[in-house]
Amino acid sequence: MIEASNLSKRYPGGLDAVKDASFRIDAGQMVLITGHSGAGKTTLVKLISTIERPTSGSLVVNGQNLSALGRHAIPHVRRHFGLVFQDQKLLFDRNALNNVMLPLEIAGQPRREAIRRAQAALDKVGLLAREKANPIALSGGEQQRLAIARAVVNRPTILIADEPTGNLDTESGMAILDIFADFHRVGVTVVVATHDQSWIERYHPNVLRLDHGRVVS
Amino acid sequence: MNAWFIQHRAALAAAFRRLWATPLNTLLSLVVIGIALTLPAFGYVALDNLRDLGRSASGVQQISLFMNLEAGKKDVAEIENRLRQAANGKWKFVPKEEALKRMQASEGMAEIVASLPRNPLPDAFIVEPTNTEPEALEILRKEISGWPKVAHVQLDSAWVKRFDAFLRLGKLALWMLAGLFGAGLVAVTFNTIRLQVMAQSVEIEVARMIGATDGFIRRPFYYFGALQGALGGLLAAGLVLGALHLLSGPVGELAALYGGSFGLRLPGVPEAAVLAALGAFLGWLGAQLSVSLSLRKFD
Repeated sequence: MIEASNLSKRYPGGLDAVKDASFRIDAGQMVLITGHSGAGKTTLVKLISTIERPTSGSLVVNGQNLSALGRHAIPHVRRHFGLVFQDQKLLFDRNALNNVMLPLEIAGQPRREAIRRAQAALDKVGLLAREKANPIALSGGEQQRLAIARAVVNRPTILIADEPTGNLDTESGMAILDIFADFHRVGVTVVVATHDQSWIERYHPNVLRLDHGRVVS
Repeated sequence: MNAWFIQHRAALAAAFRRLWATPLNTLLSLVVIGIALTLPAFGYVALDNLRDLGRSASGVQQISLFMNLEAGKKDVAEIENRLRQAANGKWKFVPKEEALKRMQASEGMAEIVASLPRNPLPDAFIVEPTNTEPEALEILRKEISGWPKVAHVQLDSAWVKRFDAFLRLGKLALWMLAGLFGAGLVAVTFNTIRLQVMAQSVEIEVARMIGATDGFIRRPFYYFGALQGALGGLLAAGLVLGALHLLSGPVGELAALYGGSFGLRLPGVPEAAVLAALGAFLGWLGAQLSVSLSLRKFD
């Protein structure tokens, strides 16, 4: 469960990216964070995933108050999240399999087990046949699917994505939506920041609408 | 196998891969580190050999005790008794008759000795104390001078003092040189690691976002620095060994020309291990400083 109370984030320079946001996302829900460009979607995603720290307010995720977390506790909290970025942030000096194995290496999984789980994650997103391929050789849609495989390989309780279909054509975007929906169906909490309205039409998720940093509905 | 061990093993493997991935860079860094460690290490071995040479040089640690001409057997026995108590080492009694015989045996001295009305030489003792520190020798010399029927005590203390001062000066210079080159090694590792952090900034950023701890990110760099330093240390040990092998022949010939025999003491496995460990420590230190500074931008 994710619960925010009067959550605010002010960047240096005085920009209030998120202002007094209060909301609750229950475990297993699929929630879309929408709003116009600059509404604060990305900042809210970064706050939930502990990439940014709130200026004020509280944010409780799975019973843990992220606002009060010490610096050394943050990496361990992040391992409970699966993060998918618009620009994927793939590593081009590793092949697809090794990209997916990274979270397992960080968690200290034995190599054999890490390979097995990474291959299972690649299989889930339809990329097992490309496990040896360098990400640069993959299409935009495949790269995004690879990023999703990396995000889910550690079996996160919450899958968080920021504009995951932003750079994709309609068909590839739909394929990505279906993968997120699959994870939602097996009980994973899915939080996606997007301005892509096709999500709403296709899956009727809960929607958190932002406007100038404030939650409006 | 626990996660801690798995992560350390993976970090060590990553460090080896990085060393292997850029062989020319690795080789050049190792040469720089090797030379930086070779100079003080060679100085240390050279001083060590000089100390050995000083200890083995005939007469340096000897005290010659000359009795009065009128001293009798009873006086000699008394001195022997006192030497037994005071001098922790060896001594040899040289009776005046034996001294005269030696003098006669010397070239051109036989006629001179034969023309003497009586034996002008005194009974003497050659003392070789165990403690050959200049201060200890001087104290012993003073003590012996005060004993009855002792006419003269001779110690080549000035030579010993000068030699000891030279060794101390050499040791100090060596420490300064070692400090300087140690700092150089740290700087080389610092720069190598800084470039690596810059080259892997994307990987570090991504790893942090998905839950990597500081330790996970730093560990491969620490291992890299320590490995590079250790290999540089081993290279330095090899260079020192090679140089001493080249020198040992000429040094032996030189010693033979002075009527002595002297062989250079070569560093063994323990010395090479110390050099590798020292290199590893300095490499780790350079990596530690570099990573701490370079990773600030990711905070």
